[in-house]
Amino acid sequence: MTKPADVSDADWETDVLKQEKPVLVDFWAPWCGPCRMVAPIVEELADEYAGKVEFRKLNTDDNPKTTMKYGVRSIPTLLVFKQGQPVGQIIGFRPKSDLKKRLDEALT
Amino acid sequence: MAKEYDIVIIGAGPAGLAAGLYAARARRKTLLVEKNITGGQIALTAAIENYPGIVDINGFDLGQAMQQQAETYGMETAYAAVEAIEPQEDKRHLIRTNEGDYLAKALIITSGADYNRLNVPGEERLTGRGVSYCATCDAAFFKDMEVAVVGGGDAAMDEGLFVARYASRVYIIHRRDQLRASAVLQERAFANPKLSFIWNTVVEEIRGEEAVESLRLRNVVTGEESDLTVAAVFIFIGQTPNTSFLDGLVEMDGGKHVIVNAWMETSTPGVFAAGDVRNDSARQVISAAGDGATAAIRADHYITDTFK
Repeated sequence: MTKPADVSDADWETDVLKQEKPVLVDFWAPWCGPCRMVAPIVEELADEYAGKVEFRKLNTDDNPKTTMKYGVRSIPTLLVFKQGQPVGQIIGFRPKSDLKKRLDEALT
Repeated sequence: MAKEYDIVIIGAGPAGLAAGLYAARARRKTLLVEKNITGGQIALTAAIENYPGIVDINGFDLGQAMQQQAETYGMETAYAAVEAIEPQEDKRHLIRTNEGDYLAKALIITSGADYNRLNVPGEERLTGRGVSYCATCDAAFFKDMEVAVVGGGDAAMDEGLFVARYASRVYIIHRRDQLRASAVLQERAFANPKLSFIWNTVVEEIRGEEAVESLRLRNVVTGEESDLTVAAVFIFIGQTPNTSFLDGLVEMDGGKHVIVNAWMETSTPGVFAAGDVRNDSARQVISAAGDGATAAIRADHYITDTFK
């Protein structure tokens, strides 16, 4: 399984906003139980969407700037970006089939 | 083709996980079906301090430990949502899910309960934007801010005290003039200087553009309305059993809880129910786990007697 790379406030611009491919960012924190449930599902998605979608994870404790900028007040939150624009958001734990559906919707 | 099991358990909260442990240790081919998150309601609980022998544990970790323990003995887990349950002529039950079908000689329903929503304007729109049903997930985003907690039971106090670690002030909004929470939690709540109590009051509306900005409150005694400026509202106002998929299969009470006897047997032979989903549940981790064990032991006997 592909573990999504970490992204931070510092490389947000280059690593997410300037990406050619769509990017799914998993906002998480170590103290969040449901985030630990979402993580392996996101890793499976990263395999299934390899080459089509980039996957990143952002620790909200360490990166308050980006967390605030996108108004994330609940985790896990998954945000999907296309050419720097947020095009989809999934708040809270969802089963894999739901996540896939929402990701596909965001990509079209 | 449906996959065949001796015992299928629906719902991976403490009742289902305990049932899975007992069923697997009875050497029954056992499947645990979960639509969402292992642990059920406790997966979102910061601290469990009333499970005997365990002084203090994070609810998510307790759920994970229970699952690993049961899987050690051969229990399988499937993440799927149950859509229908159909009795078969050979006394088994067919469980249809969005990920495939399963056949079970005995069925244990441990689908638990879901938190209630307030059903007021703004609630759905601002969920994840200051409206929260999980303090352990979201409290850290409201450091040094003023927030509200709605409810007066154990969950509301537990979560209110957790939120107070971060927030500068926590308003507890309760529709009655006294709490329902256990004495220990009440003592802690009243002793915490960050908690303020707003009695006899309900939330009429949650307001805010991009995020929660204020609550419209109404005093149920005087009828007086007021506004309370808060950055978040955490809602813990009871729960409703997850039994919509059981209509016509088993008898339920007026609150849609499954009716069982002391052996966790429902009105339908071969179908058992345990934990928060059943009538008269004490709604504790320990009682749910005990129910689950009882149901699995009975289900094991039932299979021996029925499928010779």
